[in-house]
Amino acid sequence: MNSIIQFASRLIQGPSPSAEVHQFNGGVHPPGHKAVSTTRPIAKLAIPEKLILPLRQHVGYIPKIKTQVGDYVLKGQMLAEAEGTVSAAIHAPTSGTVTAISDQIIPHPSGLPDMCITLTPDGKDAWASLQPIDWRNTAVKDLVAHLRLSGIVGLGGATFPTHIKVRASGKSHIHTLVINAAECEPYITCDDMLMRERADEIVNGIEIVQYLLGAENCIVGIEDNKPEATSAMRAACNALPGASVKVVPTLYPSGDARRLIHLLLGTEIPHNKRSTDIGIQVFNVATVLAIYRYFTFGEPAVSRIVTMTGSVSLPQNFEVLFGTPLQSLVAAAGGVNADITHFIMGGPMMGFDLPSSDVPITKAANCIIAATPGLFAPPPPAMPCIRCARCAEACPVNLQPQELYWFSKSDNFEKARDYNLFDCIECGCCTYVCPSDIPLVQYYRYAKSEVIAADKAKEAADLARERNEFRLARIEREKLERAQKHAERAASAKTEGSKTEVEKPANTAIADDAKKAAIAAAVERAKALKLAATQAGVTPGNTENVSPAVQAEISEIEAIRKKAEQTIDTQPSD
Amino acid sequence: MNRSPYITDAPTVSMIMLKVLLALVPGIVAYTWVYGGGILVTLSLATITALASEAILLKIRQRPVRPYLTDLSAVVTAWLLALALPPLAPWWLVVVGTFFAIVIAKQLYGGLGYNPFNPAMVGYAVLLISFPILMTKWPAPLVLAQAKLGLMDQLQFIFANSLPAGVKIDAVTSATPLDHLKTQLMLNHEVGSITRAPIFGVFGAKGGEIVTGAYLLGGLYLLQQRIISWHLPTAFLAALAAMSLAFYTIDPAHFANPLFHLMSGASMLCAFFIITDPISGPTTPRGKLYFAAGAGVLTYLIRVYGGYPDGVAFAVLFMNMCVPLIDAYTQPRVFGHKKG
Repeated sequence: MNSIIQFASRLIQGPSPSAEVHQFNGGVHPPGHKAVSTTRPIAKLAIPEKLILPLRQHVGYIPKIKTQVGDYVLKGQMLAEAEGTVSAAIHAPTSGTVTAISDQIIPHPSGLPDMCITLTPDGKDAWASLQPIDWRNTAVKDLVAHLRLSGIVGLGGATFPTHIKVRASGKSHIHTLVINAAECEPYITCDDMLMRERADEIVNGIEIVQYLLGAENCIVGIEDNKPEATSAMRAACNALPGASVKVVPTLYPSGDARRLIHLLLGTEIPHNKRSTDIGIQVFNVATVLAIYRYFTFGEPAVSRIVTMTGSVSLPQNFEVLFGTPLQSLVAAAGGVNADITHFIMGGPMMGFDLPSSDVPITKAANCIIAATPGLFAPPPPAMPCIRCARCAEACPVNLQPQELYWFSKSDNFEKARDYNLFDCIECGCCTYVCPSDIPLVQYYRYAKSEVIAADKAKEAADLARERNEFRLARIEREKLERAQKHAERAASAKTEGSKTEVEKPANTAIADDAKKAAIAAAVERAKALKLAATQAGVTPGNTENVSPAVQAEISEIEAIRKKAEQTIDTQPSD
Repeated sequence: MNRSPYITDAPTVSMIMLKVLLALVPGIVAYTWVYGGGILVTLSLATITALASEAILLKIRQRPVRPYLTDLSAVVTAWLLALALPPLAPWWLVVVGTFFAIVIAKQLYGGLGYNPFNPAMVGYAVLLISFPILMTKWPAPLVLAQAKLGLMDQLQFIFANSLPAGVKIDAVTSATPLDHLKTQLMLNHEVGSITRAPIFGVFGAKGGEIVTGAYLLGGLYLLQQRIISWHLPTAFLAALAAMSLAFYTIDPAHFANPLFHLMSGASMLCAFFIITDPISGPTTPRGKLYFAAGAGVLTYLIRVYGGYPDGVAFAVLFMNMCVPLIDAYTQPRVFGHKKG
């Protein structure tokens, strides 16, 4: 049916200039509010009085602190190093003294405090010695190892550690690099301004990333509401064969990676695969620029562009050091207007309420909006769903939000999963068009968390059951073995007669002393091992002196754990 | 707190219902012109009954009254039922039907959003089964009536069942074309000669076809306002036309032409206002096509072979029953999932 309609509309419209763009279902057109923050160039925010650096600024494991309170650190010096596969380092955004390592409120929807390093700048902004890397003459493997030290994460908001995204997946060759410059969320203009002002650096970064990935082609996807950025990028791309700019219609959420790939290339990434499985990798413009600065000048990730907008006197984009308190940013934008109620981090479609105005700017902070009731009216009480299916029309994933809502509301989570709940990208289009003002996305978040919790509980129960079965089997086997030994001993005792029995008391006394000494020595050894292990940051395995059967059990459990970790490590595509 | 999105752009439920009411206005104007002002009384009566019974039930069910009364959904149900009833139906018929629609078919199922059946059609079906003679006794359009009733006369008739002195009931009523066609065909007359009777107009019923045309106009407004999707009216009218065309082509002497079916009875009211009720209908695009086509086919079959002159109410109610099935089997392909 749809193909008939498409065919008919093609007949009517004829080949349009945007015919190359492969439209996805639905999407919405929220008012942009972008022009207010693009009238002024990007301003560098002054170094604030203190910087609060949360350890948790990226997706993955928390980095390990490499500094102490009282340390004097230089700009760009590593304060915490990436630990585990998916993790990112934290660097000092300026020179100064580490004054605290403590729990502070971080910009997170939970509003809970988390571990942060507090740095009091000395105002000198003195760089540590930086080492540019001659990337053209360095093996990709080494470059990836370097990137792991850079602290660079996806700056589009997903904050996925960049070195993971460029490491050779081995499975398939990456042929196309997609640069996500759609910036489809209202209010946000940081990527727009970056492209207008630093297109050459971005394209230099594209060249590096193409080299890292081995990608022959690069397409920069920009929404048609950014003509200045488009022409700047087009001009810059001329210098790089294989790179081109493609304009996509302004339609939220075209900046979602899977939607953007479809728009640009006509490829639908299968729901259970990643874009890299079919040779496409997606990077945000700002990330690419950070990579360029890291390799060319040795500068690690210490700052980003943040759009400060909403109800402030001078909405504009700032280059902000990570850890800068939001207050400083607000002050630089001329202060807030009287009626603001709170701050939103991110855009109005997918952002969240900041718990306070003391929170620091982190790697994820692409936009801060000073919210007023005028800009974002509190939603009226929800009415019942009237099944009008406007949500289904708006859903860019072609889900049936009204069914998912029904199942989520009635705690029928299995059914919600059957209706592809986990394909939902939480873009908010459904809520945006709902006549009944139902907070649909919240229902889906709730349902997802319930399904995940239930899965985890089931997995744990399965594991416990397996272990118990194994344990019972082992006890049974040991019992048999013991019985066998008893029988053997009884048989040998019969043949040897009473001779041995006379010597026994003396022998046991000697054996006891030897046993005690052996135990003491073993305890010492264990202590030493444990100490060494804690220093090395490894959890002691204690797997040396066990039977092969238990060894096998342990390695089996290890394998399950690894598998679980891999699933946790799933790489979002930006 | 993550409560995004912070912005919305959607008409409220009240606004949607208001636009549906607005779209009915041309039909009501035409209706008044053709049958007289009595319909306005019927509409008011139905509206008052609907709002009152909705309010009482909300109170009993301990639900907030104000937001649910102002959503205007009860008024839409009331108007649709009133327009489906014969003009000059006695007041108690209107009250009983509306009461049934709101209380039994809507509120007892859980109120707005929870009724599996179209409330107006439930009310209509209950009346049709309980009072078949009253429900099929239609007044003649004013142009044809031997005795023309003024507004006061119509009021008298609705509330007191009394006609002005000297006027007999036969002077006021006449068979509807659908009814007439059916009875005459049973008497072995042919379509060609039957439709020469004065009650037939250019396409459908004399006068009635004007009202039908006005419904079409209102329906186009709803389409333009994106209150309803094109799938439903298109599939319904196409199915009705296809069925009547097939039968008409085979045997034009005994089956009326497609235009007659499209412009007669409640065809247009059904296509744009009744099957388009989102709550009791399917939600998937393909499901809407099946649902409406099914209603169109059933409407035709009931008209031609059923015991009632028009088949809209039963066709819609039957298809309402199929909605869960239709929805389950017409899920569109999700992005990134294989076809089929």
